Amino acid sequence: MRLKISHTTTYSYDAPVAYALQQLRLRPKSRPGQTVLRWDIDVEGGTKQALFEDEHANSVDLVSFLPQTTQVTIHSHGEVDVEDQKGIVGPQKSCVPLWLYQRPTPQTVAGEKVKKLLGTLEKTDDRLAQLHALSAHILASLPYSTEQTNVTLSAEDALGSGHGVCQDHAHVFLAAARSMDIPARYVSGYLMLQDSVDQTASHAWAEAHIDGLGWVGFDISNGISPDARYVRVATGLDYYSAAPIRGMRQGSGTEDLEVQIQVQQQ
Amino acid sequence: MLGKTAGGLFWMLRYMERTENTARMIDAGLRISLTRSSAAESEWKSILTATGLLADYSARYDEVIGAQVIDFLLRDKSNGGSVISAVETARMNAKLVRTALTREVFEAVNECWITLNELLANPVREQALPEVLQTIRQRAAFVRGALQGSMIRNDIYDFARIGTFFERADNVARIMDVKYYILLPTIMHVGSAQDNVQWEAILRATSSVRAYQTLNEGEYNPRQIVEHLVLDKRLPRSLAFCYKKIADNLAYLESDYGVRHPCHDMVEEINNRFATTSLDEIFDTGLHEFLTAFVNDSQALGAQIERDYRFTE
Amino acid sequence: MPDKIEFFDEMFGYGADLRTPYVDYNDWFSSEDVANLKSKSKQAETLFRLTGITFNVYGAEEAAERLIPFDLVPRIITAKEWGKLARGIDQRVRAINAFLHDIYHRQEIVKAGRLPAEMIANNEAFLPQMIGVSPPGNIYTHIVGTDLVRAGPDEFYVLEDNARTPSGVSYMLENRETMLHMFPELFSKINVRGVGHYPRALRRSLSACAPPACNGKPCVAVLTPGIHNSAYYEHSFLADQMGVELVEGHDLRIIDGRVAMRTTEGYKPIDVLYRRVDDDFLDPLNFNPDSMLGVPGIMDVYRAGGITIANAPGTGISDDKAIYSYMPDIVEFYTGEKAILKNVPTWRCSEKDALGHVCDNLEELVVKEVHGSGGYGMLVGPAASKKEVEEFRAKLLARPDNYIAQPTLALSTVPILTEAGLAPRHVDLRPFALASPKGVDLIPGGLTRVALTEGSLVVNSSQGGGTKDTWVLED
Repeated sequence: MRLKISHTTTYSYDAPVAYALQQLRLRPKSRPGQTVLRWDIDVEGGTKQALFEDEHANSVDLVSFLPQTTQVTIHSHGEVDVEDQKGIVGPQKSCVPLWLYQRPTPQTVAGEKVKKLLGTLEKTDDRLAQLHALSAHILASLPYSTEQTNVTLSAEDALGSGHGVCQDHAHVFLAAARSMDIPARYVSGYLMLQDSVDQTASHAWAEAHIDGLGWVGFDISNGISPDARYVRVATGLDYYSAAPIRGMRQGSGTEDLEVQIQVQQQ
Repeated sequence: MLGKTAGGLFWMLRYMERTENTARMIDAGLRISLTRSSAAESEWKSILTATGLLADYSARYDEVIGAQVIDFLLRDKSNGGSVISAVETARMNAKLVRTALTREVFEAVNECWITLNELLANPVREQALPEVLQTIRQRAAFVRGALQGSMIRNDIYDFARIGTFFERADNVARIMDVKYYILLPTIMHVGSAQDNVQWEAILRATSSVRAYQTLNEGEYNPRQIVEHLVLDKRLPRSLAFCYKKIADNLAYLESDYGVRHPCHDMVEEINNRFATTSLDEIFDTGLHEFLTAFVNDSQALGAQIERDYRFTE
Repeated sequence: MPDKIEFFDEMFGYGADLRTPYVDYNDWFSSEDVANLKSKSKQAETLFRLTGITFNVYGAEEAAERLIPFDLVPRIITAKEWGKLARGIDQRVRAINAFLHDIYHRQEIVKAGRLPAEMIANNEAFLPQMIGVSPPGNIYTHIVGTDLVRAGPDEFYVLEDNARTPSGVSYMLENRETMLHMFPELFSKINVRGVGHYPRALRRSLSACAPPACNGKPCVAVLTPGIHNSAYYEHSFLADQMGVELVEGHDLRIIDGRVAMRTTEGYKPIDVLYRRVDDDFLDPLNFNPDSMLGVPGIMDVYRAGGITIANAPGTGISDDKAIYSYMPDIVEFYTGEKAILKNVPTWRCSEKDALGHVCDNLEELVVKEVHGSGGYGMLVGPAASKKEVEEFRAKLLARPDNYIAQPTLALSTVPILTEAGLAPRHVDLRPFALASPKGVDLIPGGLTRVALTEGSLVVNSSQGGGTKDTWVLED
């Protein structure tokens, strides 16, 4: 399936920004089952400083703001061919040791709520089945809702709030899988929706490492494994290390954010 | 050179100069209070005004008492303008820019700091005061000597010199402005004993007694004092002399770096004032107005130098 | 102290036999007047204070700047002794760099079963952001200050591999300067190898590690946390002696894909940054976001090949005290040779049997925190009171994996000058090695730290230790 993607993020400030840097994890990479035909990132109000691979082998653009800017627009766009691989991503390729994916991060600590959730999960020795069951169990306990603010919650806090968005689901999944000693990671990417081209946020899901299969994807929010409608962009230990845009800014002004995403089949 | 280093040099020398100037002003105040105790309070008050510390002082003390003012100006660490604080700041800047200094210069500043800290560890007794003030001036002179005797004449030296003369000009203008009324030629009791004392105080505070007497055959005359401290290029503490030096050092930077900045136009304009303005014109516009304009423009120049040479971001 | 241990004295051996390296020195010393030497010692102190060779003490408001006491009796090492140390350090530095490359790539040593994965996985010093980074020449630790101790005529041990940011080299240089100044006649009589070329060697070594983005002559700079840092004097000294800029985080920005410093003429890119800021504070964009000392984005430029950071972030994994216990294996794994320098036998308290042994013998052991430094948080069993031992036992049992234990070594002594003449005091030795793609350059000398209190084994300056000049004799 050929997908055409356009992702525009506009930051506006009520006062000129003295100095700011942003890391963009917005470039999908070609890999088995995913071929990037073209991809460009255009920045208005900022300058691209460096392009590098981070420890998870994500392609990262470092961007600095132009001096005294009040608005920065990042337009990331391109075309990608995707094949349905039944969610199987394959063996670990980067140098990251698998144990790193078993370590909880502040967002993915398995506290009482995650443990309670695991307590009510039916156990099986089949890892793949177990993780599918976990995925379904999380969605049942934490129904999808976009009524949340866009604050990034930890797995525990998300469970406490009673409902969640895709990144909350992914965090709970990561916390639970890691507490079962299964390496698991966060994936940020795009999903083509059947009923709408326009979207207001990018998508997120999780991958777990199963001996023999390698990494397998779980889109908890949709209760399936990723297929040909999914474009993987970046992976990390949690939202923070895989986030599409992360930055630092000097100055006291307030920030306004607008995101426009279009994903359509060509 | 790092912008921060240029700034550190500028401020190190400003604070060294301030250390010395404050000691000179205490000396002047002391002399007056010895001569006429009734004038002492107003004299100490004008010294506090000239150092810009009157408000700080008044916030702490109800009365202007000589010994208290002296302690405040010499030893009070909570007073950022005291000798002990100024030398501390000078040394902190010396540490900051240490890689730009010769060993001699750093050690002169460090030794100045060590000596003054020992000297001012306890309140200074009245009889010890002249010697303490003398030591302060001497230590500051050692720093100046080390700087002149050991530093390469490059941008480092230029920023150091700009700092020295900038502070000195500012200081001279302020002390004159505080006393401008006694320098006005219209004043009635010209030549009275009181005026002589006052005029001498100004010259003493600007360390110009000897120079003035050499150049003017010992007669105190307010017009001449003003001419001397504002326009006389031979006197190392006159505004004209200081600005000539600032302009020269900025011009060296312009030619070294091959870049002319807004500060170069500004310094030229201020410097020209001393060449093109006559004493009569100064008194016609008003000495106070002239000095106020000078202090303001000088401050603006300082801010511009800071921007042009990127002392901070 | 336990039953009388005999200590090896580097001047007098085990008795009153003068050792060869000290023969000429002793001739000179015998003809000197102790009172006169004592007054010279005072002079040296004045000189140090004037030059501002001080270190800042954290948490001490008054007299926050202190001098490290200097003792004027040199520590003398023969050419032959030095030769062996030099080969051993060279081997160890090469092994550490190979180890760091491996740990941040495929971790072959773990796969080969020579190092348990938990040693890395549970190690706070492992920096995930370094995974996949191959700095120029695969040099991760550019400056190493190996701590050595001596327990007998031919018995040197490595106590610690300081591979992150070893300090103290300014004392090595200033101590020599002071000795040259005070006793020029000694140096004309005795052939002592020079150390004064260290700043040039350091600059050359750093320049040889310039990143791919470097264009022309490499621009080197030293990054300091600022004038209030305890080692600020050393930072400014090294920058000054190398003839490079001393920068702080706020002098730097990312410009044109490079880390650039703000000069009076605009921003200028830096090729090699000798940083004396800890990993955690180095980059608020990638590490501790609250750091005011670092350079946001420097890790990104680093990964993109725009700058060399010396020492590389994440080198702490190699001088961690638990990893230390594996050093003989590490050396063998990467060099294929047996380690030339000995390790001190070390019990890892994370291991149950070892913990048992340590608990049973606390009174005789030295117990250290795995990530500790500066002599803080350690127990010297033989010197501790019963109460101190029991308090430490509680801490140890609460977090056994935070500690390692070693036997109390019979550290060698070198005499110091006291009012009563020469008196033996325990010493250690920290030579400085520079690593670049061209090889390992070891400076013939080092920092000798001396415990000034009689019988004390703690040489750290923060705990009242002093320093000596270290002489390596010519062949």
